[in-house]
Amino acid sequence: MALEKLQQDGFLTTRLDEVINWARKNSLWPMPMGISCCAIEMMATASPRFDISRFGSEVMRFTPRQCDVMIVAGTVTYKMAKVVRKIYDQMPDPKWVISMGACASSGGMFRSYSVVQGIDQFVPVDVFVAGCPPRPEALLNALITLQHKIENDRTLGKLFHGEQIHIPESSLS
Amino acid sequence: MNSRSEETRKSKILAALEDQDTSVSVDDPLENSMVLNMGPQHPATHGVLRLLVKLDGETVIAAVPELGYLHRGYEKLAENMTYHEFIPHTDRLDYLSPISNNVAFAMAVEKLAGVELPPRAQYIRVLCCEMARIASHLVATGSMAMDVGALTVLLWTFREREKILDVYDVLCGARFTTSYTRIGGMSTDWTPQCTTMLEAFLAEFDKDVTEIEQLLRTNRIFIDRCEGVGYLSRDQIVGLGLTGPVLRAAGVPRDLRRDNPYLVYNDLDFNVVTATESDALARFYVRIAEMRESAKILRQALEKLPAGPFRADEPKRVLPEKGRTYTKMEELIYDFMLINIGVDPPVGEVYSAIESSKGELGFYIVSDGTGQPWRMKIRSPSMTNLQALPYMVKGGMISDIVAIIGSLDPVMGEADK
Amino acid sequence: MTNDEIVAALKAAHPDSVVQVTDFRGDLAVTVRKSDIVKVATSVRDIPSLAFDLVIDVLGVDFNRPGDRFEVVYILYSTTHKRHLRLKVAVEEEHPAVPSVTSVWPGANWHERETFDMFGIRFEGHPDMRRLYMPEEFEYYPLRKDFPLLGIPDSLPLPRR
Repeated sequence: MALEKLQQDGFLTTRLDEVINWARKNSLWPMPMGISCCAIEMMATASPRFDISRFGSEVMRFTPRQCDVMIVAGTVTYKMAKVVRKIYDQMPDPKWVISMGACASSGGMFRSYSVVQGIDQFVPVDVFVAGCPPRPEALLNALITLQHKIENDRTLGKLFHGEQIHIPESSLS
Repeated sequence: MNSRSEETRKSKILAALEDQDTSVSVDDPLENSMVLNMGPQHPATHGVLRLLVKLDGETVIAAVPELGYLHRGYEKLAENMTYHEFIPHTDRLDYLSPISNNVAFAMAVEKLAGVELPPRAQYIRVLCCEMARIASHLVATGSMAMDVGALTVLLWTFREREKILDVYDVLCGARFTTSYTRIGGMSTDWTPQCTTMLEAFLAEFDKDVTEIEQLLRTNRIFIDRCEGVGYLSRDQIVGLGLTGPVLRAAGVPRDLRRDNPYLVYNDLDFNVVTATESDALARFYVRIAEMRESAKILRQALEKLPAGPFRADEPKRVLPEKGRTYTKMEELIYDFMLINIGVDPPVGEVYSAIESSKGELGFYIVSDGTGQPWRMKIRSPSMTNLQALPYMVKGGMISDIVAIIGSLDPVMGEADK
Repeated sequence: MTNDEIVAALKAAHPDSVVQVTDFRGDLAVTVRKSDIVKVATSVRDIPSLAFDLVIDVLGVDFNRPGDRFEVVYILYSTTHKRHLRLKVAVEEEHPAVPSVTSVWPGANWHERETFDMFGIRFEGHPDMRRLYMPEEFEYYPLRKDFPLLGIPDSLPLPRR
């Protein structure tokens, strides 16, 4: 993979890319969009037993201006969708979204008139986590998957060479 | 841009805010008021609660809460599925103490169908409800303290809560949303391993709660922020229909476990904790004392737990044991009918309530004789408790709103159904 | 305080308001005439032998039958005598309206708003008749039997991606 990259991008941009991606992935500050039951499991992930700050998510800032990743935890209704989108728009780039739980990913067990069947209908999602609610270990796994995805991000490469992001299958496990 | 402000001005909720009685006297009126939106996404609102606050400087003149950001349509969903299928949905109502919702719902359906529980099942339900009460109060006191500024308390209470969730994990397979009860009993049996874990938890619990309380008992900042804040007189609280620790902190000793006993609370010895000051600090201490009472109940129930079946033996109403379903013909047929068509209740209406950690959690079921309810209404204590919010915050400061919401302890999954 | 004593006290206070009495599984449910509900509510709260001072719930039921389609149920509790009571009122389908009991129990406020939101039953004399759960611009009443579970497409707006 490294040989391939050497041939496609410049040597300097890939080294800089690695440094920038390493810095980004190890300091992902989450924006907890805690809406319902999954929010309690998210709080449990931040609690001393499961400790999300080991992975760089040191603080859960509740202001979107200082956050990198928005964890949408809970059922999103049509009334709440406008608010979620607004918060997503207020986050500065680069930003990612983790859709935590069955309700955020696909509407969950609530197939009714007021629940949006999946937040990917109005925000772009990077990682989906299954579970109702997902155990804290599952949320940590999602964070690590997101970190793998960021690792392979062509930050400067995209800027200078205008290429698409390509994630090799082998790195996602 | 123009149309957005038009929309805001014509909004009915803003009109409701403006219409409210604003006779609050302030020391130094600025002569112009500001409307602040504590939006659905806010660190201190315990979920998605929107609060429109009219301010004069820092003093709150009026407030209007708006619900509905988590309205998932439970009651409509209930009309379209059998009683058993609705049990996982009840978990997600008061998501801080899921097992007590399961128990409340199962009790309502059993009252309707006329199913009697064996004693072991009743004791197991009492054990689960009291553990759920402790877990919920731990989160409530932890988040109230965190909202006021004492972050350590939340981390310590979550550490205690993890021990209870471990017991649930061994008992039902899920740490959190358990779906543990079935109509007529429980899904699996209480094992000796659960007893060992629970006894280990109880051995240290009193000491841990005392430790947590010592952090705050003489803390001048905590007392100043919570004492006298959110006061409502006893008559106002009863008139508004509040229940739970909020009502007990106003001096009314109403506890459904004592007044209209259900399950085996008749045989257990515990005190109903009341206070008289009816402010945020009193509610906080009522919750801490209730945790100690729950620990007392747990010790007694563990001693008295009888042997026997954990599910009633009524084949047409109660799911048969899985081992027999896989091997015997009649049980297979009963299982099939119960899952597909549902429990066979008579035509009628019942209301059944339990004392959950937030207040009176009740289910009103109208049945038309089929396996699906015709109407199911969930009486959620958090929604009724939130009604008192505009009365409590009037005249206080913005920072008091946070302490008051914490002391009311609303759970939006329940309030919005 | 047995069920019969409560019914007797109610009938003594308001002899022609009580329409029907049911007793199922130990629960007492008294159907009263719609126009007399505020009077009955006041006496149920004030008569010392009844003293139902805590309003637990106010809800609506859609029976989908000809004649009186809806029903509004009031669930009450007495802190002195420690028991529940149910009062029921039948409501017709065309312009359903019921006098509000917020003057008797202020706690019925949000419950009546929720019943309006879900069924469209208006409460006359209510200080703040607005929807509680659905957005203000929503045009339908979700818990009526003719509203589908999955909702009506495009009845609620969604932001663009």
